[in-house]
Amino acid sequence: MTMNVPTPESIVPARRSSAFGSLARFFDRHPRVRLWSFLTGPMAWLVVAYLGSLALMLATSLHPVDDFTSQPIRSRWTDANLRSLVDFSGPYPAKILRTIGVAASVTAIDIILAVPIAFFLVKVLSPRWRRVAVVAVLMPLWASYLVKVYAWRTLLNPEGGVLVKSIGVTPGYSLTALVIVLAYLWLPYMILPVMSGLERLPDSLLEASADLGGRTGRTVRSVVLPLLVPAVAAGSIFTFSLSLGDYISVKLVGGTTDVLGSVVERQLSTNLPLAAAIAVGSVIVMGAYLTGVRRLGAFESL
Amino acid sequence: MYLSRGIKRALAVISAVVLGFLYLPLIIVFVQSFNASPSAAWPPRSLTGRWWSNVLDQGGWRTALAQSLKVAALATVVALVLGTLASFAVHRFSFFGRNTVNFLIVLPIALPGIVTGVALQSAFRQLDISLGLLTVVVAHATFCIVVVFNNVIARMRRNAPNIEQASADLGANPFQTFAYVTFPMIRTALLAAALLAFALSFDEIVVTTFTNQGQDTLPQWILDNVFRGKNVTTVNVVAAGVVLFSLIPVWVVQRLTDGGNTSGR
Repeated sequence: MTMNVPTPESIVPARRSSAFGSLARFFDRHPRVRLWSFLTGPMAWLVVAYLGSLALMLATSLHPVDDFTSQPIRSRWTDANLRSLVDFSGPYPAKILRTIGVAASVTAIDIILAVPIAFFLVKVLSPRWRRVAVVAVLMPLWASYLVKVYAWRTLLNPEGGVLVKSIGVTPGYSLTALVIVLAYLWLPYMILPVMSGLERLPDSLLEASADLGGRTGRTVRSVVLPLLVPAVAAGSIFTFSLSLGDYISVKLVGGTTDVLGSVVERQLSTNLPLAAAIAVGSVIVMGAYLTGVRRLGAFESL
Repeated sequence: MYLSRGIKRALAVISAVVLGFLYLPLIIVFVQSFNASPSAAWPPRSLTGRWWSNVLDQGGWRTALAQSLKVAALATVVALVLGTLASFAVHRFSFFGRNTVNFLIVLPIALPGIVTGVALQSAFRQLDISLGLLTVVVAHATFCIVVVFNNVIARMRRNAPNIEQASADLGANPFQTFAYVTFPMIRTALLAAALLAFALSFDEIVVTTFTNQGQDTLPQWILDNVFRGKNVTTVNVVAAGVVLFSLIPVWVVQRLTDGGNTSGR
């Protein structure tokens, strides 16, 4: 509804003058009031509950912790917690890099798997089968996250797990297992945006490439992949962020692997400021990542 | 682009293998829930329906289920109201900071789960709010808003843009336009969004562990028992049940939206 056009009610006086009617007329004449009546609730919630919490978390990361009570000392300020994240003689830089490495490997594996599958579903399958395939991709995405990780425990178990009993090898509970399980968990988040990216890619472009003599490989390299970059970047936001912030899978299938999520969980009750500092570190990593993929057009493909 | 039969076949095989790989763990969960061995040793020597028929007599998981349903229902209601309002604002008005609003709505799921969890917990602790039902609902509602927002705004974008204008031109006031024009058009999108938000909340565990204390939700109950190696057979049945339960909303949503927007998580 564009507001500049006078509506009949603002020209012709209303027949009834109920309170309801005059409220309606008031809204009609004041589009800004209407906008704010829509916006106030959600913005108040997100700004107060969410941004407010993030701000408090940043503040918390700047407090020292009382050794006896394990509570943050709110009257004193220090940058020691944040500094420890980049103190290379301490344990944290290695853990940060390992976590980023896990997130990057998971993202890379998912891209490699998702692109051919999405291409097959969108450009090879008939539309009818494609709809079935979309449901097939979505169903496991929504089936309980925890239950899937639990199932992977049964699969990977070095003592009598499904893999050991059927094919004789298993990564056990380890870093490799963690990467496999995370790649499994977040794969649909990559397949879906790549599929919609391919749906936007007109077949005529592929035909044009073929008409100009481009063989299959050349067309994929020079036409399909470059045009898929924004979609892949959009999907990678989820695969990367979800891997960065996971600690349940680490506990269940990661064995002794230590990542940021597990450190946060351990420190939360005894050293809240340190846990907050690590969370702030994750926000910085994620911020850098978002800035990077934004240039690739990820936000337009979300 | 010419795809040789060999390439098509290779793509088909890769897709089939990977899709199968997506389902393998789910199948394992179901098989394990019928595994006759009390320790659920693999491979099952024989199958039994005993664990399924006994599950109602087992305690613990039922109160956790009740807590999960309560949290999901409340979080869904809050997210439904806030998400719909936000989508109306962003869809109908162009205003300064519209992209910021968009960004703010996506932020709770774009940032890693531990960040949201730690941020909310440190805020609750600082404000002396004790963790429990209320705090989990606040946490869940915050990241469910985006699901509602995406579904409703996608539906409104697909609707004819001037139909509400037409309603106004014909003399309807904004409330009437909403009741007779807008609401009927977005009704199924709202239902779809509610189901997805419910499913998302029901399933959530990362933020939940940081913001809940006292009565566990169902995922917390499962995690706790898996760790302590307790109630293996009950956990297996409950896990299989959770998979079934969480697939119902997706199936309904597929029918409601004709395949759109289920990814809006």
